[in-house]
Parts: sequence; structure tokens; C-alpha cells
Amino acid sequence: MSHAPFSRRDFLKAGGALVISVMVPGAVRAAFGQTPVGGKPPLTPDELDSWIAVLPDGNVRAFFGKMDMGQGVDVAIGQIVADELDVAFERVNVVMGDTAFTCNQGGASGSTAIQNGGVTLRYAAAEARRVLLERASPKLGAPVETLTVRDGVVSVIGAPDRKVTYGDLIGGQYFQLKLEWNKRYGNPLLAKGQAVPKKPSEYTVVGQSIPQGVVADKVYGKLQYVTDVKVDGMLHARVLRSPTAGCGPVTIDESSISGIPGARVIREKEFVAVVAEREWDAVRAARALKVTWAPPCTPFPAMEGLYDHIRQASVTGRQAPVNKGDVEAALKSAHRVIEAEYQWPFQSHASMGPACAVADVRADHATVWTGSQKPHFARDGVAKLIGLPPEKVRATWVPGPGSYGRNDAGDAALDAALLSKLTGKPVRVQYMRDEATGWDPKGPAGIYRGRAGLDAQGNVVAYDFFAKGFTRQDVATNESDPKDTLAGQLTGYPPKPTVIFQVPAEAYEFANKRCGWECIPPLLERASPLRTGHLRDPLGPETHFASESFIDEIAQAVGADPVAFRLKYVKNPRHAAVIQAAADRAGWSKRPYPNPRRGKGNVMIGRGFSYTERNGTIVAMVAEVEVDRRSGRVWAKRFTVAHDCGLIINPRGLELTIEGNVVMALSRTLFEEVRFDREQVLSVDWTSYPILEIQDAPEQIDIVLVSRPDLAATGAGEPATRTVPAAIANALFDATGVRIRRVPITPERVKTALARA
Amino acid sequence: MSERIRLVVDGKSTEVSADPAMPLLYALRSELGLDNPKFGCGLAQCGACTVQVDGRPTRSCVTPVGGVKGKKITTLNGLGSPARPHPLQTAYIAEQVPQCGYCLSGWMLTAAALLRDTPKPSDRQIRQALAGVKCRCGTHMAILRAVKRAAGSKA
Repeated sequence: MSHAPFSRRDFLKAGGALVISVMVPGAVRAAFGQTPVGGKPPLTPDELDSWIAVLPDGNVRAFFGKMDMGQGVDVAIGQIVADELDVAFERVNVVMGDTAFTCNQGGASGSTAIQNGGVTLRYAAAEARRVLLERASPKLGAPVETLTVRDGVVSVIGAPDRKVTYGDLIGGQYFQLKLEWNKRYGNPLLAKGQAVPKKPSEYTVVGQSIPQGVVADKVYGKLQYVTDVKVDGMLHARVLRSPTAGCGPVTIDESSISGIPGARVIREKEFVAVVAEREWDAVRAARALKVTWAPPCTPFPAMEGLYDHIRQASVTGRQAPVNKGDVEAALKSAHRVIEAEYQWPFQSHASMGPACAVADVRADHATVWTGSQKPHFARDGVAKLIGLPPEKVRATWVPGPGSYGRNDAGDAALDAALLSKLTGKPVRVQYMRDEATGWDPKGPAGIYRGRAGLDAQGNVVAYDFFAKGFTRQDVATNESDPKDTLAGQLTGYPPKPTVIFQVPAEAYEFANKRCGWECIPPLLERASPLRTGHLRDPLGPETHFASESFIDEIAQAVGADPVAFRLKYVKNPRHAAVIQAAADRAGWSKRPYPNPRRGKGNVMIGRGFSYTERNGTIVAMVAEVEVDRRSGRVWAKRFTVAHDCGLIINPRGLELTIEGNVVMALSRTLFEEVRFDREQVLSVDWTSYPILEIQDAPEQIDIVLVSRPDLAATGAGEPATRTVPAAIANALFDATGVRIRRVPITPERVKTALARA
Repeated sequence: MSERIRLVVDGKSTEVSADPAMPLLYALRSELGLDNPKFGCGLAQCGACTVQVDGRPTRSCVTPVGGVKGKKITTLNGLGSPARPHPLQTAYIAEQVPQCGYCLSGWMLTAAALLRDTPKPSDRQIRQALAGVKCRCGTHMAILRAVKRAAGSKA
């Protein structure tokens, strides 16, 4: 397995055979986009050759139009393909992230790599096997039904000497076979052939914990990241962002960098950058360049007034997707009504390294190397920005410094392309830390209100959950349109936010239930450092922090055990089983709430429950916390997580993915908040935007994988994220008797709340 | 203001021509083409640029190259190789630690120094030694397992 588009096993054959060039960033200028070469059918989803290739040695290439962001979904795709084709896993090389060789399946998006992307790969591999058996049949003089395959060798059942290999049947040639395609691109893309894929009971590779080969390249310091791409003659660039949000450059004193070798200013409308031949010179020039900016404006409310601003803001859109019964009437007639409001701040992707991209824009074609998790969309955005048709632009994904949604990578790709066009040279852009944290699209701030009506017996007769906040898409989920990037917005593409929010995803059956949201306008229309965009599990942790905290508040109000309360209203047996699995593994027993034995010393202990669903994946968890009365520190000592994502492809990879979700979400719950004043974002580094450090990592994360081999695989890259925040808040309440309804749950907030209690 | 500066990197003696005030990170990456130390923050806050200088974990993004003349610099690449892996590298592969992996220099070169000085560290000692190193993917649990595995005291 290799993350490089093509491995050293690459070969080149002419005349109707597969033609694949060795793809090393910087080494290749040819082979563009969807141009057929050497008889290859066009790179469209309705061609089997767009998905599967069998090489002369019988090895297999699978062309995957989604991406792995480090959790190993490419390994899982290899397992799926190996199973369907009946070849050893080691024979399968998954190619991904290069627009020249993969169809746009949406990139990394919504935890759908396996859920959506894997489906087409499974169909394609099954179809390839069907065609290969059809070809083998006359050669072996035996009907297809009498053939069997073992590691790419087709033989006659009962006569193993009558055999032929995949390599002999088709190696190095194209299938030239059409698939049925639903005419969609991105996540919904689906293509299938005539073959019926195997039954889960027939899988032998799926279900194994095959490790990621690329891990070794990483730990020996050999993996090439996008930051390491070098192209002959490239310039290094650094961009300059306005010191206060919303203002633009007025004058630029180019003499201020005249002492720096080769450094010069590149400006296009309000976009300002410096370039130099050496990276350090570009860094120095960006620091030294004197720019006067338009008078400071004050687009933001004072930070302490953020939630008041949201409460009072006008509404750009409103929806109530869940609306059952008559909530208002039921609330009016209720014996008792419970209400609570929760708040979640802006958060940053704060990727490990600032985004980087390299672009080489020529008169009639362009190449961009990007860490974007959606290279096909990066290609489209670059093409529009520089005025080339998309098929003349090739985007190659090279692993970046983390991703987690629409981070700063998409902006860097278009910055690099614009600068390459303006300079006529290949350009490498990497942001500095303050741009990575200060100027990435942010996870949106919002307020969330719960109201529950109870009858005299403590039954829930009405449930109302309403959010109000910034849309999650001031910029779209990808950079396919320059309006959704800083380079575009600074050079005349007006932004156009999409009004979209989120409601809780769960299976509580309340007789009268309403869940809805309202969105408010952005604080600054154009090139805002507080523009919102997708951050890992967009609005998932935000919404479910509130909804699952509120469920616990209702349970507490009626004196119910939090697990028993949830099970009373969750009738869906699959959901209930996950709730029960987490409780059982954690040894959950009924007892009063908050914890009567929380501890008399400085450390109080408590446990909290939480349960959520995300696009078919169900997660329930117990968090056990220690709260230090003196410092206010909350330590999530132990998590017990039950996780049901249907069929499990790679159990160990799944466990590690869940761990990453839990720890990153723990960081967002306890530490993360974008700070700002009236003029600018103030969270610009790891001091002003702290994240979890290893001292605060749990002692243990115990994971129960609920296996459902009969059910289609659903996603795992995000679902456990949304379950964490309320588990912590609920455990904190159990430990202290104090309810905290605002994230992050910092030591200062805990101390203040304890002092008030 | 450029001068010739001799460096010993991963066992090889080499020379760069650079402003002595330039951070070591840029000398390694731009002048010597050693890409495995990464730019994370430029502020010594994250660890992605870590190298060992005479055995001490050092943030190369804020270390002037002129200050390490003739000193022994070890990058992640120099810690071990598939043929002769450092125990941490073996453990990291066994535990499948990294996700994006961009942070590895900080964690591994810091932990390698810990294990050299404290071959059997406690959980607390490991956490203390690794304070200040960042990982955004949340692989901390696997990091702890790998360091303990490398120390022969698997959790």
C-alpha cells in the first residue's frame, strides 16, 4: 500500500494498454486530467477502468476518489477490493487524491469514505471479478459456475491444474466496460455493474485488523508531506493578512524589503503577498514589509457579549425539521416545564501545521499540490480562479498537516495558484501559525435552548430543542468556487453563505417533539477571520453537548437514572443495544445523582452518560471524571465507548479512529475557544488557542465495538466526536452538583461555578 | 551576512551558507533538503520541528543555526532506519500511532531522550517529559502505549 499516487511497481506500456506514468511531484508535467491516453477510456465514473486496473503481474490498482486523513480508510478500501476480487490484500494498491487518476467521490467528507466511497469500489471490484471469470471460462473450457478464484488465480473447481491468472487474462489492458452510474459526483456518486457483491459471511479480508503501511514511512521520517514538495524554479511565498478584520491595503512600501535577496511584493486587489527564492527570505520579507491598511473597523461584538449578540441578531433562515405532535399545547398543559440554555464558542481547526500548497500555473494548464482533503474541488476552484477549464488543471493531494474539515488547506491552494499565475513561476505558499489559527474558517458559535414539559408522574410530554447561531457554511464545504476562499474574496468574488444548521440526531420518542434552528448573519461579510466552515463533525459536538446535557437535566429533574431514562424513551432496538452496551461495559449501576460518594477531599469524582447518532452510526459513552476543587481542573480519567457503525472493516483501525475522535473532542470541550476583540481574532497560536496536552489525556478509553456484519458499514471518522462534550458535562455535574452549560469547561469556569454553588 | 556554518546532521558532516540568525529548521529543510522536521508554529510551542542537539530535544524553529556550529544534530530520520530501528520506531509501528503524523518529530525525539535517561519511566514521568508537545489528531493514548512498549513496560 502506498499513499504515493504510483508506486515503484509502475510500468508503462503503449498501444491500447495501460499507460501510467510515475507520478512524483515536480517530475511530471504531462498526463492531464481527463484526456484519454493510450486507449484508456475517459476518466468518468461509468467506466470500470476508472476504478480498477489489473497489472501484468496480477497486482491490482484501485482508484479511490475519496481520501484518507490518517485513519487508514485506504487500507479498508484495499480490504474491500481484495475480498471482492479474491486477491491477497498485499496485491492491492489504492491510489487516491490525484485528479488525473481518480473520479470525484467527494474527497474526505462526512465520514463517508467507506459508507459511500467503499460501495462503488466494492461494486467495481465485484464487476471486475465477474468479467475476469467470463474471460477465463473459454480459456479453461469450463462454465463460469464451475470456476473458483484464489489470490488472482482462476481455476476449475476440482481440477486445480486447469488455471489462469488475472495477470494473464487482462494484465496491462483495459476492461473497456461500462458501469451504471447515477450521474452524480461527490459523496452521492454511485456506480455499479452487473455483478452481485459477496455476502458478508464470505468476507475473509474485511474484518481483519490490517495495519497501515504508511505508518512506517511516517515514523522513519520518510513520508513526503505537501510541505515538502519541491518544484524546479519555485518561489516561496508568504501572504499578508490585514491586522484588523475587514480592512484592506492602502499603500505598500516596497523599499521596506529591498535589503532582502530576491524578495518582492505581489498584489492583486486586496490580496497581498511576498515572494522570494529562499523560504527564510520570504518569511523575513513578510515580517518586514510595511503596509498601511484602511482605517481599522470594528466588525465584531465584544467577546463577552457574543451570546447576547446571537440572542438579539436578526434571522437569515429558520427550520424545524423535527415536528411531531403539538409541542406548544403540550408545554402549556404540562405539570412542570424545565428549561436550559447552552453555549458553544467559535473553534479553530488549528491543524498541526499551517496549510501549504504548491502551484505551477502555465498558459494552458496548471498543476497544484495540495493537502486539501478534497483535491477534485480544489482543482475546480483553482481552474475558476486562474481562468482555465478544469480538465486543464491537475490537483494532486499530498498528505498535509492534519485536516478535520474545511481548514486552511483550500485557501492555500488558491493562494498558490493565484501567485503562480501572477509571477509566472511555480509558487509554494505556507502560512505562518497566526494565519493557520487566526484565519482558518471557524466552527460556528451558537446558543441552544431546551424546554421539556413533564406530567405529574414525571413523564416527558413535550420536548422542544432550538438552536440559534451562525450558519456552519459561510464558506462551502470545499474550495470549488473562489467565493469560498480568501484569495477569491480578496480579489472580487463576493461570498455567498449557505444557511444551514443542525438538529440533534437521536431516537428519543417523545409524544410531542420539536427540534429546530435559526441562523444569523455573519459578523463580517467578506474575508472574515470568523467566517464559519466545516470543522470535524460540523455542529455535532455543539448540538449534542446541549441536547445530551439537557436529557440528563430532565432525568435529574424527575429523579431518574440517566441510562434508565434514556432507555425509557429510546425504543429503537439497535440504539438501545448500544446504550446498554456502554452501560454494561462501564459497570453502570443505579444510584442517586449527583454522586453521594463524590469524595470529601479536594478531588471529586463523577460519571456521565451520553448517546448520539450520526448518519447511521450510533455511539454511547460513559465518562468518568475527577474534578479538583482547588484548581477547577477536570480530568476525564476514563471513557467507555460503545460504537455501532454496522459492518466493521478493520477493527483495530476503527478503535484508533474512535480514540482520536474522543481525545480531539475532549480538547474541544475543555480547552478550545477562539478569542477575539472588536477588531480582530486574538487566538493566533498555541498559547492563545490552547488544545489538550498529554497530561490531560485519559488514563483509559475502553471501546466496545458493536459488530453488525449484516448491516452496511457507516462512518467512524466523526460520530464519537459529538458524544463526548455532554458526557463530560454530565460527569462534572455528578461529581460536583454543578451544571456547566458553556464550553469550554475551563478550570476558571469550574472554580467560579463551584464558588457560586 | 551569510557565513559558512558546519553542521553534523544524522552522523554526516555538512556545511551550509546562511545567515547565522536564521533558524536551524530552515537550514535543515531548505539548505540541506532534510524535510522530516516540520514547521508547526515557529514559536517553540508545538514540537513539530524538534531535533536533538547533542542529545537534547531542541525546537529548531527558534534555534539560530549559528548557535549549533559543529554540534551533533539528530533528526527523526536519523533516529533509526527500517534496518536498524530505534525501539520507539518499532513501538510506534506496532501501536499504529500516527494519524496525520506531522507532529512525530516532537513526540519521538523527546521520548527518545526520556528513554535514554530514564529507561523505565512511569506513566507520570512520560506525561511530564512530553508536556508541551502537540498532537491535533488526538493520538495521545497510542503515544502513551508506544512509549511504554518501547520501554519494555507495555501498559
